[in-house]
Amino acid sequence: MKDWRYWLAEQRGTLLALGIFIAMFAIYTSNHPAGFNANVVQTAANKGVLLAFVAMAQTLVVITAGIDLSVGMIFLLTNCLASWLVVGTPMQTTLGVIAVLAVGLLCGAINGAIVIYGRLQPIVATIATGAVYYGIGLLLRPFPGGSVNENLADALTGRVFDVVPASLVALLAIVLVIWVPFSRSVLGRAAYAAGSSETAAYMSGVPIRRGKFAAYTLAGLLAAIGGLFLTFFTYTGDAAYASGNAYTLFSIAAVVLGGVSLFGGKGSAIGAIFGALAFRTIGDLLFVFDFDPLWQPLFQGVILLVAVSLGAFALFRVRNRLEWFL
Amino acid sequence: MSETTLGGIAGRMPKFIRRADPAVVTAFACIVLLLFLGSLYSRSFLSPEYLLQQLKVASFLGVIATGMMLVILLGQIDLSVPWSVAAGAMMACAAAAYGPAGVALAIPFGIFCGVLIGVVNGIGVAYLRIPSMIITLATNAVAQGLMVVYTGGFSPQDSATGAMRYLATGFAIPGVPNAVIIWALIGAAMVFVLTRTSFGRTVYGIGNRERAAYLSGIDTRRVVMIAFAVSGGLSAFGGVLLAGYASKAAQSMGDAYLLPSIAAVVLGGTSILGGRGSYLGTVAGVILITLLQSILSVMQMPEAGRQIIYGVVIVAMLLLYGRAPASR
Repeated sequence: MKDWRYWLAEQRGTLLALGIFIAMFAIYTSNHPAGFNANVVQTAANKGVLLAFVAMAQTLVVITAGIDLSVGMIFLLTNCLASWLVVGTPMQTTLGVIAVLAVGLLCGAINGAIVIYGRLQPIVATIATGAVYYGIGLLLRPFPGGSVNENLADALTGRVFDVVPASLVALLAIVLVIWVPFSRSVLGRAAYAAGSSETAAYMSGVPIRRGKFAAYTLAGLLAAIGGLFLTFFTYTGDAAYASGNAYTLFSIAAVVLGGVSLFGGKGSAIGAIFGALAFRTIGDLLFVFDFDPLWQPLFQGVILLVAVSLGAFALFRVRNRLEWFL
Repeated sequence: MSETTLGGIAGRMPKFIRRADPAVVTAFACIVLLLFLGSLYSRSFLSPEYLLQQLKVASFLGVIATGMMLVILLGQIDLSVPWSVAAGAMMACAAAAYGPAGVALAIPFGIFCGVLIGVVNGIGVAYLRIPSMIITLATNAVAQGLMVVYTGGFSPQDSATGAMRYLATGFAIPGVPNAVIIWALIGAAMVFVLTRTSFGRTVYGIGNRERAAYLSGIDTRRVVMIAFAVSGGLSAFGGVLLAGYASKAAQSMGDAYLLPSIAAVVLGGTSILGGRGSYLGTVAGVILITLLQSILSVMQMPEAGRQIIYGVVIVAMLLLYGRAPASR
């Protein structure tokens, strides 16, 4: 096989997600009363980027064949923290941003330590740590409130050169700074290898523990970046339980739509980003078609259900029935 | 050398102690410890009225955790508990709006809705081979969407029927709340199913190794589906009882039951990987969680502190005895 065919096979999920997103976004903008203009794109980008960060966080963990059900809560916690810290002079703001990101890293590292070195099941461990993170968020913000450095917030949620949404530029920068180096590093390879076959990876001397730990830790960092952006968009901190749960759930939907295998070892964060943008656009389609907003939760739930059921098509390729029971 | 002495000591102990699961023993020890700490805080902690009240509150969680345990024994998990509980409660209350027949059928209808959610979960897990945690999250979202559409942002008919209130708060036997009797009955049925029927043995078998169970000629997929349906039904029944207890159904009433039900099962020594665990442990876990909640609320701990303590306790207990074997 030629090189480009390898590449195509590897990127099939990502390209599919990109295709779904472009199709959905075309339908969305063509039916939007304002049409396709910079304002519509900016609003859509700002909403989509939040989920994209959380979905990237989820991807890192899912690649190792784990799951992080606390991403939504780290997102909330860092949102509440940012509404206290990211204020004041540029110097204070910078320190605040660093502190928020450090807390995200710490949350991710705690998850990783418990799952990898504590040898607990990721589902239960991250549900429990999620409760802790939510509790801390609620301590910080019992009621919605707080503020943020509005200059920084407006710069990051506005437009660059009046055309490109700044949030998209930030997303691209994060991809280049975090995802690309990670996926090409030894640790990133180890995370993939651990996800596709932990035994084989261990036998080949791949540093699986460090790889998985790095994945969980970076997931915390990415969720914190999401939380930071949420603060920039809303100017407040709010520990809303339902919102944290929804982000966790949507991150899984985005990851699935983005072609990342829930069994680990396959997929990329780029795919998850397009999955997140596509998921947000599909959810917003209801508005441009003037449906009652009450239908939105059901609609999103059905999309999620259909998306996860699509994975079942792989069953038709199974030759030996024993492969059902992996 | 030390092993033989240990064996000798163990040999002299009564049989039921030797056979006891260390996790179950730890859980019961924690219950005693919590009661002791509570009694230091307030004298009324050891009064029969208080203990009975705790048992009554525990029975709602107990019913829900019973279903969760069945699923966890299979090595799966049911994350659709929150909206199965809410759907069961809301649908039972809604059915009561349709005349006397509706009132009579309210409870079965609520349970039926939960079973329906469970069947969807079961089909997804058993036949489509979707990871249980994903498909149950998805059905949870769909159930939530259906309930939001159904209520239309307001509550159409949300007050519980007399029968629901009687089941949750009445006293058929003087001194023993009905809810506790119901939990005892469901628990007894569960113990019977798990230990005395081929279905129960199959559940343990699948939890240990589904491949092996399949190769021994068991229709494992049917068993998995039934287990999920039972779990959905029991969650909904828990919701019906809760609605009877609070005398109305509310949208977010199930949110507070997902983590506690998993925690109760896991703290009771049931392996999260499936195939291992006893119902006695789940009973201990349910009582432990309920006491912990009660003590935290008596101490007027705010919601935030409760969530933190909760998470920390669960992680700590799991680290004590819920760890997977080392990979080498």
